[in-house]
Amino acid sequence: MLTKRIVPCLDVKEGRVVKGINFVSLRDAGDPVELAKFYDEQGADELVLLDISASHEGKETMVEVVRTVATELSIPFTVGGGIRTVEDMKRLLRAGADKVSLNTSALDQPELIREGAEFFGSQCIVVAIDAKWNGSSWDVYTHGGRRKTEWDAVEWAKRSTKLGAGELLLTSMDKDGSKDGFDIALTKAVRDAVDVPVIASGGAGKLADFAEVFREADADAALAASVFHYKETSVAEVKGFLKAEGVNVR
Amino acid sequence: MIVGIIDYGMGNLFSVEQALKGLGCTVILSDDVAELKRADALVLPGVGAFPDAMALLEAKELSDFILNLPDSGTPLLGICLGMQLLYEDSVEGRPTKGLGLLKGSIRRFEGKELRIPHMGWNELEFSQIPEWLKSEQEDTHVYFVHSFLAVDTDPSEVMAAASYGGYEVPGVTGDGLVTGMQFHPEKSGAFGHYLLKQWIAAVRGKRDEEVSSVSGD
Repeated sequence: MLTKRIVPCLDVKEGRVVKGINFVSLRDAGDPVELAKFYDEQGADELVLLDISASHEGKETMVEVVRTVATELSIPFTVGGGIRTVEDMKRLLRAGADKVSLNTSALDQPELIREGAEFFGSQCIVVAIDAKWNGSSWDVYTHGGRRKTEWDAVEWAKRSTKLGAGELLLTSMDKDGSKDGFDIALTKAVRDAVDVPVIASGGAGKLADFAEVFREADADAALAASVFHYKETSVAEVKGFLKAEGVNVR
Repeated sequence: MIVGIIDYGMGNLFSVEQALKGLGCTVILSDDVAELKRADALVLPGVGAFPDAMALLEAKELSDFILNLPDSGTPLLGICLGMQLLYEDSVEGRPTKGLGLLKGSIRRFEGKELRIPHMGWNELEFSQIPEWLKSEQEDTHVYFVHSFLAVDTDPSEVMAAASYGGYEVPGVTGDGLVTGMQFHPEKSGAFGHYLLKQWIAAVRGKRDEEVSSVSGD
């Protein structure tokens, strides 16, 4: 039986790790390679590296970061942020990333998902969805949560998997940074709509939050950044807790 | 010790290369038979579709080279698609003949409730311990990413399997000098590293034996 995955996320800007609280305030906190190794040793099942550099130099630095992380890491990792072409995907996958994650560019040009899936295989293509509750459903946002699109999150989830996405990284903008638990309703709505694995993101705070998103929403993986990053809890502690709760983890 | 990675143009070989280098191997990455012949052992990697892979192996005259490895006494490790290529045939895309070093066929997972690909960490259960492995570890979770699996296999050629949606998915397979791993050992944390380390140690042991028997003559 497949285990539920715990996925720490590293936001990387100009080669350094930072973490956005509600996508706004950023705090510099370290070397991505050191942190990636630390999480690997702690029992993380996978990592996500999100490049939030704006500059061209930052993008170049990211390819180097990916190469070093791939050399040091013994678990799979996904790279996202600013990937706009098949060529961008190729550069990151060649540097050793296992998967690439598309967000804004996939909404701007959905064909990019299909092209990526045909070229590299669906298992390499993750579509990241930033969703926000509007009172009756969830809207999809782009540009790091600054721009609202016309897409409904559940519809976009279905559409992107039809185009070839092999996995969805679903972030609740309502919950992100709140530390009061994952968005169960959103995760469940998307989980029920698609066949590919869904990584729930946004809202991780307590140990019980992780058990809840696996039990109540049947998420395949749970992503967290700040709770691990600022050592409020550890990957090892989360996995120990889940094991004791009877959730199947590695 | 030299390990050759058969680079026939399918998939990302960076992680496999790094993992082998980390174990102290000199790595040759090549699609050239003359070059690969220098290696003490060969790794057949691969991500992608079976028919494309076989066509490339044949176009580059690598399939005969691979088929001859057991007779020439050279250990071979197939990883992921590379393991599937060791079997007799596959239905991926269109029916295609494989290398046929192991008995069985490659078929797609089927099942309404089944999420495909089989992607993530799953536990290997060993029915027999391969000679090169020596001993099992406590935690045997490994990282899988695949939509097709080996079926109609010879039980003596399946050492470990993982349960998924009613399937017993062959994970570690092999016969003599031929070994297959359906998962990615280079992405499977400490246990994956251990598997590669043990396989390399066995290759090294075998090579040293040959050297000493030659010098003893």
